[in-house]
Amino acid sequence: MNMRAKSERAFKVVGTRPPRPDGVDKVTGRALYGADVSAPGMLAGRILRSPHPHAEILSIDTSAAEALPGVKAVITSADFGLPEDESLRDIQDNCMARGKALYDGHAVAAVAAVSPAVAGAALKLIKVEYRPLPHVTDVDAAFAKDAPVVQAGRTLENVPPGVSENVTSFCEFGHGDLAGGFAKADRIVSRSFTTAATHQGYIEPHACLASMGSDGKADLWCCTQGQYNVRSVCAGILGMEASQLKVTASEIGGGFGGKTTVFIEPVALALSRKAGRPVKIVMTRDEVFRATGPTVTTSIDVKIGMTATGRITAAEAKLRYSGGAFPCVTVDMGAQAAFAAYDLEAVRSLGWNVLTNRPKEAPYRAPGAPQAIYAVESVVDELCEALGLDPLEVRLKNAARKGTKSSYGPTFDDIGLVATLEAAKAHPHYAAPLGPGQARGLSCGFWFNFGGNTCVSLNINTDGTVSVTEGNPDIGGSRAAISQMAAEELGIAYEKVRTVVADTSSLGHNDVTDGSRVTFSVGLATIKAARDAIGKMCARVAKIWGIDEDAVFWEGGYAKPAGPNAGDFPPMSLAEIAAISFQTGGPIAGHHEFNADGAGVSFGVHLCDVEVDRETGATKILRYTVFQDAGKAVHPAYVEGQMQGGAAQGIGWALNEEYIYGADGRLQNPGFLDYRVPVASDLPRIETVILEIPNPGHPYGVRGVGETPIVPPLAAVSNAMSRAIGARLNRLPMSPPTVLKALNAAGA
Amino acid sequence: MLRPDGSHLLGLTSCVGLGRVAPGPENIRERLLLRYEKPETAADAARLLAAEAGLARILAGGTDLLVQLKSGLVELDLIVDIKNIGGMRSITPEAGGFRVGAAVSGAELGEHEEVAKAWPGVVEGFELIGSTQVQGRATMAGNLCNGSPAADSVPGLIAANAIARIAGPNGERDCPVEQIPVGPGRTSLAKGEFITSILLPARAPRSADAYLRFIPRTEMDIAVASAAVNLSLDADGTIAVARVAIGAVAPTVRLVTPAAEAILGTRLDDAALASLAAAASAAANPIDDKRGTVEYRRHVVGVLARRAALIAYGRAGGRK
Amino acid sequence: MKTVHVAATINGDPVEFVCEPHESLLDALRNRLGLTGAKEGCGTGDCGACSVTLNGRLVCSCLVLGAEADKAAIGTIEGMAEADRLHPLQQSFIDHAALQCGVCTPGILVAAKALLERNPDPTDTEVRYWLAGNLCRCTGYDKIIQAVQDAARQMRHA
Repeated sequence: MNMRAKSERAFKVVGTRPPRPDGVDKVTGRALYGADVSAPGMLAGRILRSPHPHAEILSIDTSAAEALPGVKAVITSADFGLPEDESLRDIQDNCMARGKALYDGHAVAAVAAVSPAVAGAALKLIKVEYRPLPHVTDVDAAFAKDAPVVQAGRTLENVPPGVSENVTSFCEFGHGDLAGGFAKADRIVSRSFTTAATHQGYIEPHACLASMGSDGKADLWCCTQGQYNVRSVCAGILGMEASQLKVTASEIGGGFGGKTTVFIEPVALALSRKAGRPVKIVMTRDEVFRATGPTVTTSIDVKIGMTATGRITAAEAKLRYSGGAFPCVTVDMGAQAAFAAYDLEAVRSLGWNVLTNRPKEAPYRAPGAPQAIYAVESVVDELCEALGLDPLEVRLKNAARKGTKSSYGPTFDDIGLVATLEAAKAHPHYAAPLGPGQARGLSCGFWFNFGGNTCVSLNINTDGTVSVTEGNPDIGGSRAAISQMAAEELGIAYEKVRTVVADTSSLGHNDVTDGSRVTFSVGLATIKAARDAIGKMCARVAKIWGIDEDAVFWEGGYAKPAGPNAGDFPPMSLAEIAAISFQTGGPIAGHHEFNADGAGVSFGVHLCDVEVDRETGATKILRYTVFQDAGKAVHPAYVEGQMQGGAAQGIGWALNEEYIYGADGRLQNPGFLDYRVPVASDLPRIETVILEIPNPGHPYGVRGVGETPIVPPLAAVSNAMSRAIGARLNRLPMSPPTVLKALNAAGA
Repeated sequence: MLRPDGSHLLGLTSCVGLGRVAPGPENIRERLLLRYEKPETAADAARLLAAEAGLARILAGGTDLLVQLKSGLVELDLIVDIKNIGGMRSITPEAGGFRVGAAVSGAELGEHEEVAKAWPGVVEGFELIGSTQVQGRATMAGNLCNGSPAADSVPGLIAANAIARIAGPNGERDCPVEQIPVGPGRTSLAKGEFITSILLPARAPRSADAYLRFIPRTEMDIAVASAAVNLSLDADGTIAVARVAIGAVAPTVRLVTPAAEAILGTRLDDAALASLAAAASAAANPIDDKRGTVEYRRHVVGVLARRAALIAYGRAGGRK
Repeated sequence: MKTVHVAATINGDPVEFVCEPHESLLDALRNRLGLTGAKEGCGTGDCGACSVTLNGRLVCSCLVLGAEADKAAIGTIEGMAEADRLHPLQQSFIDHAALQCGVCTPGILVAAKALLERNPDPTDTEVRYWLAGNLCRCTGYDKIIQAVQDAARQMRHA
């Protein structure tokens, strides 16, 4: 068998916009999400949560709850063991507080009962004796040497001394002579920024149904971005063998990173184990806000030097992140991403993580990057304004390109930043006139993109159709894209392929759906599984024709003789080969498993026009355009969907979304009423321009596209608003009172 | 959308069990004995309410009540659904104005062309409550009795000089809307009393009203500050009658007489507008909370009063 | 608890169920009638994922008591397609990739259908304001608006 070279490939299926395989189920209400299934004898599980941001748990008396008719099990941290692995222990302690409640909403006990009403009543009968402790929710305050200590003994050795015991980790990236670089600058801007914690805001609350028998075997249905991770974490916490726990991922109602970890699944399993009956737990929205998600909250200093002609001479960032009450290394990604868009001679970024009495951070779309890049892009824009330079030209002048040694170490291969900037420059949006009180902002964005452990099976059915089994929950149309790649590689119609997401017992391990890895990694595994199947089909045909396997090649869905020397045989289609497979050696299947590498970084550029009401500080987004390198857009409609959805979320972060804690350390806005995600009437059309600079690490050139689009909106909106009001904004969100204050301070 | 919100002012929290004495199993079972009644006369409803020893609530649109039930903020013993009582869902002309039944939804009022023409400010205030879905259910009477200082329909009703009709154990009585709320989450209604309708009075010629609120988004928020202005003009465009009410900047919606006086006898010149804004701001007594600061609310309520006055003036036929 | 007996029609079919007095129509639909198309995203009327029609009015079923459904006509996402024929809005959402995770989709479709029944030719702004109570976190709404408008065009010309 031999394959035609990539460069000759004219795509037939990849790049088209076929209907998604789960479309009809999702428009008719048939699709089953986390909370949509039941089991015979099922109990309702509910969780009691701490009202204190920080408190020692002196005792928990569950006797009255247990005595309530209809209550079948009550559990606390005493019902769990103590895992040796520190990160597993942190997850368990987050699912059920052990000894101390570390944030408002931290779970302290759980009940399984015959109905949600009885379970709710039972929660009120649990007596928890707390000793409230001083708390800290502000990232900068948590650094102070005399700050309340959230958890002691969690500081890594490399943390420079002189800060609070809350500081858990430190990181440093960069290269070059910083002092020398700043000395060459005509203008230096130093500015400090803060960003509030935000929530992923998926519309589907976490939900699961657990059933565990006295034989130790268990089934778990849940909405998750990674059923294999749920399995390994739950098995670790419950002391089970992985093979005995089958985890099935439901349809998932949004995740954005927030469903890559576990919150309720081990609790439901433990309740089911104790009650001997299936237990369903569905979080309320209040619980989702108080005890899942959010992003880091940050405080960032950025200093950049620039020549009068717009060349950056040196750049430095100091990033202080808090991932809540448990150690978190998101700051490492922020520190690496901060200056990724620039080709710099002297650059350094330093990062610290600090504990606060907030929920444990969960990844959210490009974790750590939006905050860091917001600060950097704001300072670059301020320099452009101060020096009278075009902000797009300055980006082009300093843009990272092939061969650039990145600020975080690696040297870039083919990347699309310059092409993306050029596209923005050429777009009518960039030249469109602005009215009075209006202004335009722009920002670059970046994400690394992940590969990772991936496993795919591809079965050639005897009727000529193909079943692809993959292990990553579909959060944005990936089943369509994977079917397209299978169809493309096999040379058959898209409609002939159906891709399903496997449970943990049906396929080998797959890393979680994160880091924009699925279309790249699962797509690559699917292509390789297809090639495996093609190899087998060619071998069968070689046998039928009585020629060497090497003398058969695959093209356009047919096995063909490689040339006149191979013999004169009519091509055999996939369907023909499949139909007689039982006579030629049995079923035909392809398989591929690997740890995918070569994901290929992704860059985007956003343009944003705003109008600010100078009397109220209200901001209206007038026009918004997203430019992004997708490598190769497999299903362009879903690539656009990622670009638009990421932009909308970023606009939400920029304008209104924030976790608001009171002086009492309690979350003030645990609902969609006061945690303000954008509604349809808040947004304009979001135009998209897809660039395709092929990723050398993928046979079709695919790059992940899901995370990058949330990165630029923060600075794109902030830069536009700062220009509109004539004052530099430096905190997110830019809620109307904040804007009005800045306006007044600027003497407007 | 309007909510039990005053929650911050009331010191209520969303935390299960916090600050309460944990009830015993027997009490819990008692609590599960919630009853749902749908009487067919106002007298029966008043009797049910008066006879209930525990906590009873009226259900009309339910857009606040169900949220409170869900959050565990209230533990009810009796729900009295008034939608089966005659007249609750009708809008009837009366004495040159309109009597609006207590269960008339925002969507229904908004579709009533005559009301929308006579009272555009009342209607727009009501229609700003919540989403399209909430508009299918929410009622002005419920919005009023929920007692939120940020209630979107209340400034318009107060500026309109609307009159609530109240049924109770002792029969019916009428009461100006501005006397109903007495504090966040509290009303002047006695036990067993509930609102059966609200009367929007007759209009003089060249009259119009307007309502504006400030929210961070374009929809789906609670007012950070709000203002309603109701005007009647003389033939030459001079303001002959004015009522100004402001919301979300004090424990209750406030009728601001000095703000009205600031524009009386004017044709809304810039000086009059500036005094109106200043009077509205001066009457504000707001709090700092998750939705806004004292400083911000005080400033913005003046801006809104000024802008609402201009809209009402234009609607009334005034030309500047 | 004193349960309430309810007789209603759902998508034109007569149904009877009992529910507890505090139980929402959403819970009754999902847990007693097996109609899980309407979703609970918040339970407080802020997200619209549970949208249904009640006697022709668009409402959040989480803000209606099950008991209130007595003698009412309820419309849910399960009644939107006619047998195997999708409603033009449903087909348009698939064609325009107007859904990603799909959990808000049933509510948005029910709401959009209610809009087009009242206003067959809405502006984009009218669609956006009508749907402001239906949160979608995945799409940024752009393709949803396009899909509604395309369906509206098809329905006008049908």
